[in-house]
Amino acid sequence: MAFGGRRVFEDLTCAFPRGRVSVVLGGSGSGKSTMLRLIAGLVRPTGGEILVDDADVVRMNERALGTFRRRVGMMFQGGALLDSLSVFDNMAFPLREHRTLAAAAIEDAVHRRLQDVGLSGVDALLPGELSGGMTKRVALARALMMDPVILLCDEPFSGLDPISQRRVEDLLIRVNQANAITMVIVSHHIPSTLRMADHVALLLPGRAVEGTPRALHDSDDAVVRAFMREEDADVGEAMEASA
Amino acid sequence: MTVAVARLGSLVLAGLEDMGRMAGFTARVAAALVTPPLRFRAFLDEIYKLGVLSLVIICVSGFAVGMVLGLQGYNTLVRFGATNSLGAVVGLSLIRELGPVLSALLATGRAGSATAAEIGTMVATEQLDGLRMMAVDPVHLVVMPRALAMTVVMPLLNALFIVAGLAGGYVVGVQLMGVDPGAYVSSIESAVDFRDDVLGSGVKAVVFGVLVGLIATFRGYSSAPTSAGVSAATTTTVVVASVSILISDYFITALWGV
Repeated sequence: MAFGGRRVFEDLTCAFPRGRVSVVLGGSGSGKSTMLRLIAGLVRPTGGEILVDDADVVRMNERALGTFRRRVGMMFQGGALLDSLSVFDNMAFPLREHRTLAAAAIEDAVHRRLQDVGLSGVDALLPGELSGGMTKRVALARALMMDPVILLCDEPFSGLDPISQRRVEDLLIRVNQANAITMVIVSHHIPSTLRMADHVALLLPGRAVEGTPRALHDSDDAVVRAFMREEDADVGEAMEASA
Repeated sequence: MTVAVARLGSLVLAGLEDMGRMAGFTARVAAALVTPPLRFRAFLDEIYKLGVLSLVIICVSGFAVGMVLGLQGYNTLVRFGATNSLGAVVGLSLIRELGPVLSALLATGRAGSATAAEIGTMVATEQLDGLRMMAVDPVHLVVMPRALAMTVVMPLLNALFIVAGLAGGYVVGVQLMGVDPGAYVSSIESAVDFRDDVLGSGVKAVVFGVLVGLIATFRGYSSAPTSAGVSAATTTTVVVASVSILISDYFITALWGV
């Protein structure tokens, strides 16, 4: 995968277990968000394959991608809420587009999801009137509206206060356990990763290291260990050496 | 010399590539037009934004252009003792040429640039990707209603511009210069042919509406996801659409005598 001559991934292989919470870690510019966009089919790689249930996302046409994406929820880093619609209409949007539900049923579903992320009384607000943390939570709630089987989250914890962060964390764990959703979460937040991840993929220059959070935390690899233990100086030096 | 030729070649290739992408984009918009759901609500919203919000600038500009035409026309016609033909001069100038061209240029500056900026901002803030992830085609929801609304709105703005212009010409010619009001109105009535002039003017406006709608949405849709990208999309929309209007105006006039 390359952008303007700069290679982001080369010979990268990663596997995310079905029904589990996987967290993708890595330094800035390591391609974490690009990996999510590749899985979602929003960008096409220059080569290789991305298999989801044995279907190759890379070879899907627009129609097939549309069908695939009905099973996938994505929470974007900036929220990607439609700024001309209120919070309620943003939440109701996927239901109105793809399901024939009565207005009352849509209202119930929206309010239930908003309660899940700890928001109430925000129906009429426009995205521009929300704080960064509220935007994140609305975006997450919208990503869950269609009951996806795969959930992709780009930095769900950044910009959240500790209480909201724990609430979102709990929600993700609860949703994963209740519906066995396969989650791929891009994050910088190591404590959350250690608490909620079943599987971690750490993107390092030229390679990816995978395993359980504990295995990576106790890894023999100095770079991996330093990253998982948030030892800043060590991470910087080790990553430079690794590159 | 070699460098200059290479640069020219790459410019031509980039231009051809751009035209190819624009053609593909146009085909997608055309397909979206006949694909349900209708997006009627979004279409009405765009009619309001592109049309109703342009009313003031169109009326004021039309009136001012009519006043200038009235004054220039009077000063010329008075030399030949033909001031009773002032209505015909103002009317034909506005209906056949100035109405469709100037209203399209004004709509490009106000509504076309706004459309490109709005879609470009949606690209930069990942709203279009958000739609794709909800299995909604952004061309169908965002682009098609805007392009269609621009096509529908343009002949209406053109008509309004012409009416305002005729009023401006009347104020200057009749109220200020003393031309007979009956002569002003009856010369318009006798000189203007509905099929050749009025319908022709409408056809020009529709063509300009299609051009501005497609160029503005394409530039916004294909903009780089940065603030500089949005800015470039807006500027390019105004430049490309304005030049396209003027060039296509010549060909429509030359080919169909409109």
